[in-house]
Amino acid sequence: MKYVDEFRNGDLARRLAATIAREANASRTYNIMEFCGGHTHAIFRYGVQDLMPENVAFVHGPGCPVCVLPIGRIDNAIELAERHGAIVCSYGDMMRVPASERRSLIKAKAAGADIRMVYSIRDALRIARETPGREVVFFAIGFETTTPPTAVALREAQAQGLGNFSVFCNHVLTPAAIQHILQSPEVRDLGTVAIDGFLGPSHVSSVIGSRPYEYFAEEFQRPVVIAGFEPLDVMQATLMVIRQLNEGRHEVENEYVRVVTREGNLKAQALVAEVFELRPSFEWRGLGDVPYSALRIKDAYAEFDAEKRFPVATRRVRDAKSCECPSILRGAKKPTDCKLFGNVCTPESPIGSCMVSSEGACAAYWTYGRFRQGSPRTQEEVAA
Amino acid sequence: MTIMTRFSSRLDLRSGAIDMTHGAGGRAMAQLVSELFVRHFDNPLLAQGNDQAAFEVAAGRLVMSTDGHVISPVFFPGGDIGCLSVHGTLNDVAMSGARPLYLSAGFILEEGFPLEDLERIVASMAAAARESGVPIVTGDTKVVEKGKGDGIFITTTGLGVVPQGVNISGDRARAGDRIIVSGSIGDHGVAILSKRANLEFETEIRSDTAALHGLVAAMVEVIPDIHCLRDPTRGGLATTLNELAQQSRVGMRIREAAIPVKGDVRAACELLGLDPLYVANEGKLVAICEAGDADRLLAVMRSHPHGTEAQVIGEVVADKNAFVQMETNFGGSRIVDWLAGEQLPRIC
Repeated sequence: MKYVDEFRNGDLARRLAATIAREANASRTYNIMEFCGGHTHAIFRYGVQDLMPENVAFVHGPGCPVCVLPIGRIDNAIELAERHGAIVCSYGDMMRVPASERRSLIKAKAAGADIRMVYSIRDALRIARETPGREVVFFAIGFETTTPPTAVALREAQAQGLGNFSVFCNHVLTPAAIQHILQSPEVRDLGTVAIDGFLGPSHVSSVIGSRPYEYFAEEFQRPVVIAGFEPLDVMQATLMVIRQLNEGRHEVENEYVRVVTREGNLKAQALVAEVFELRPSFEWRGLGDVPYSALRIKDAYAEFDAEKRFPVATRRVRDAKSCECPSILRGAKKPTDCKLFGNVCTPESPIGSCMVSSEGACAAYWTYGRFRQGSPRTQEEVAA
Repeated sequence: MTIMTRFSSRLDLRSGAIDMTHGAGGRAMAQLVSELFVRHFDNPLLAQGNDQAAFEVAAGRLVMSTDGHVISPVFFPGGDIGCLSVHGTLNDVAMSGARPLYLSAGFILEEGFPLEDLERIVASMAAAARESGVPIVTGDTKVVEKGKGDGIFITTTGLGVVPQGVNISGDRARAGDRIIVSGSIGDHGVAILSKRANLEFETEIRSDTAALHGLVAAMVEVIPDIHCLRDPTRGGLATTLNELAQQSRVGMRIREAAIPVKGDVRAACELLGLDPLYVANEGKLVAICEAGDADRLLAVMRSHPHGTEAQVIGEVVADKNAFVQMETNFGGSRIVDWLAGEQLPRIC
């Protein structure tokens, strides 16, 4: 398949691996945070870690849109369907994420709530047009990648006067999260989480460009290399981070030049700016309250804002006891450090959000890496 | 099931629809059975009009299998729920090495379902049964109220008989055995997805739905001691290999490069964030046999129309964890795990 196979070529991978092994300085370690779940997924699916020398380690970041959504917001979505009788449309990944009291969207659906899995917000618009007598709410989540389509849909709803459609907005911003991680005491003062550099977001950067990372590459003196989601992208970008660290540089570099520019997609940015504005603060699962890290719908589109249309009050809900998702999302712990991992928490019955989404670090560890952990448990025991 | 043959007017197969009387046991139901099912399925056992089919059984091991079909959309590129319900059950019977003999069919119809569509489906079932040489000899029809079904559900049951000396079972894979797949994977699932209401995309891919008992008969004739046979339907090749690994308490090592996947299927899966290893097939099988039998088995499969693209994709290994592992084209190795939940496109 053209434009795909080229970036999964095994011979090139071995050559790149040899270059990385040669250039990585044996007297130091390289802790590289891949921000996006897409990178985490590629690293595990293709066994990229196996091709790295021992002193090059990947620290998995919070870039999984499903994983960072606080539990209270999922409770809100369930309430919109159950208490307010709305048809709630959600991306499939959200359906199984645990909410309060061991509930989830899929369990609420089974109990009779009208919750529908959609592939795109366009499907939600269609459902709203086809069911004029019902309120239809789109459960909008995701980083800058999914925000422009939501903006387009809101404009369309307004232009068509689609009075029964609204959006429950949970869009969050990548740069704010990276900055928050770098400012955390674990990274800045205590040094308990070592992050020497970043693999910058792939699809997100196609929208926002590489410019937004320039501030913290400078401020926090960490190299950022924007990387595509293919395994060779990840390896090439890793080599670029290593070279920057070896040379004492801390710049924003772009490995993903076939898609990402410095300015990004200006049209998409303009759309987003027209429809959304910054929230002063938003809770992230794992990171807590992060200032100016999320978007809300502007007043001009207030009638399509589910939070204004319905009484939505978000409660703070603590994660399940001993679930390490918060630490895992900050890169402070690995999935295997969690007592629940692979034990009571598996993709079949997830306790924490990192085990649900295929972009979550726990799910990637479990699905692709299980045999490496020397787990003594057999599949019969798991099934039992 | 007494069959009446005279009614005041014929079923309106062009613009009529199923209503509650078609399941009520009276004249309307008798007419539906007579003018639709019996007419299309057309065989002496069904035409007797009894509530059951009675037939002589051959000596040997009988095999029985049942399968419910609830597919949406009911018509898709390469087939429909009708032929699928015949192929699916024939294949489940055939995966024991058996020769299928008879089929039954149970219909649950939703009030309002167009008779034109029903006839199209029944004709497709009849054609599939005829081509397979396996008659549908008994059946049942129920009608549920509007909103209590999804148009049409079909459950089929098949009976077959296993030839002497054949002992195929999912628990017989042994370390050293070879794993063969009969052709390209993922065609059916991608064809269905391409027509799902909220996910339409253009593709040339057609469902691979097909009855495989002819292929199986040719295979067991040459290699009676095939260890395992299974059709990788829901959950795809990955799920079938995991099932067999667990049943036989062995591991499996497969090579990504050896697994046949059509370019269009790969592209559609790439776009949707799916893994073809987990996408459904309806006309493919996985065979596991001794290493020494693999070449001959592969040759006979490739000479059959349903196995021209057969490939050895890997081998069975000793592994108490019963893991399925794959050598990737990229040069690494990864576990091919059971599917958790559904495969979903990624968000970011």
